[in-house]
Amino acid sequence: MLRRIAIWAVLIAVLLVPIIAAAFSPYLAWRQPVYILAGFAGIIGMCLLLMQPLLAGRWLPGLKPVTSRHWHKKCGLALVAAILIHVGGLWITSPPDVLDALLFVSATPFSAWGVFAMWSGFAAAMMGVLRKRLRLRFRIWRLGHTGLAGVTILGSVVHAMLIEGTMEIMTKTILCVLVVVASVLTLAKMRVWEIGR
Amino acid sequence: MSGVLFSRRSLMVVGGAALASGATGLIVPAQASGLAPTPSMRGGSNNYRAGAPIVDRIGGGGFWMTGTVRRAGDGTPLPGQRIQIWAHTTEGHERDPQSHGATLTDANGEFRLEMPQIVPAFGQPHGHLAYDSDEFAPVFLRPVMSSAKDKTLAAHFVLQPV
Repeated sequence: MLRRIAIWAVLIAVLLVPIIAAAFSPYLAWRQPVYILAGFAGIIGMCLLLMQPLLAGRWLPGLKPVTSRHWHKKCGLALVAAILIHVGGLWITSPPDVLDALLFVSATPFSAWGVFAMWSGFAAAMMGVLRKRLRLRFRIWRLGHTGLAGVTILGSVVHAMLIEGTMEIMTKTILCVLVVVASVLTLAKMRVWEIGR
Repeated sequence: MSGVLFSRRSLMVVGGAALASGATGLIVPAQASGLAPTPSMRGGSNNYRAGAPIVDRIGGGGFWMTGTVRRAGDGTPLPGQRIQIWAHTTEGHERDPQSHGATLTDANGEFRLEMPQIVPAFGQPHGHLAYDSDEFAPVFLRPVMSSAKDKTLAAHFVLQPV
């Protein structure tokens, strides 16, 4: 019981501390509300990227497998919403910069990573929503879904780490490392590469 | 250890040739084919507003944008050229009119405009500069500061006559 409380407490802290740290960023003073909203949507998206492998791998204590899967779906849809708010808010803030990013001609190297992550995230979510209609064998479907999710995670982590923005560097690094570690551990636990059976 | 053995004569010939080419290297900018024009940078023209007014200073100042303007080929400094400058600063977003201003190069082709502190926006602390008058081909630059704490940023134009 104590262990369960400790795990949840650490998880909540890991999710909240980067958001709170970013809320103290001096750069916020020089930004309009829509730009601030877009930035925080991106940070919340990174937090959801930590939840996704933890829920998919059923690591969290006290959650039944079916509950874990339901929350995986909810967090996935929330992640799509976070990406849309992130990109939409940036578009309102500076349309030419977002257009450059979407067309892969941006001056900033992290933009293309973010756009790759966005599209693969949308595709992973589509595969999740359309799982039954796709009529793929479960393990083939899972390999596709996790492959797209892997591109989303890698792209998002590189995107976030290259940005000089409102996220505090230590909390950003720890969150990104945890996202990668959780993803790798989940892939290994599920043995997603075994599609033979 | 292997190595090329020079006789005294070959050493003098090679060394003399090297010296000569080094010396002519200093002369090259004076030739028409020398200095290549500066290409516009990716994203350089983003949030550009045509016709920014010539100002003594953008906003309250505290940060300096500096640079030079020269002619392609011979590298002649170009006086009196209008350079437009804008950035995301402590006093406004790139799109805000008050974030934009222009200045003219001095007799040495140098410009220097005081403006508010640039702060990181869209992931990098950067400024924008434009040359878009009629005499030369337009150039849009987007230099990035090596540190967000920097109090100055430089950008250099080599313009192609049209």
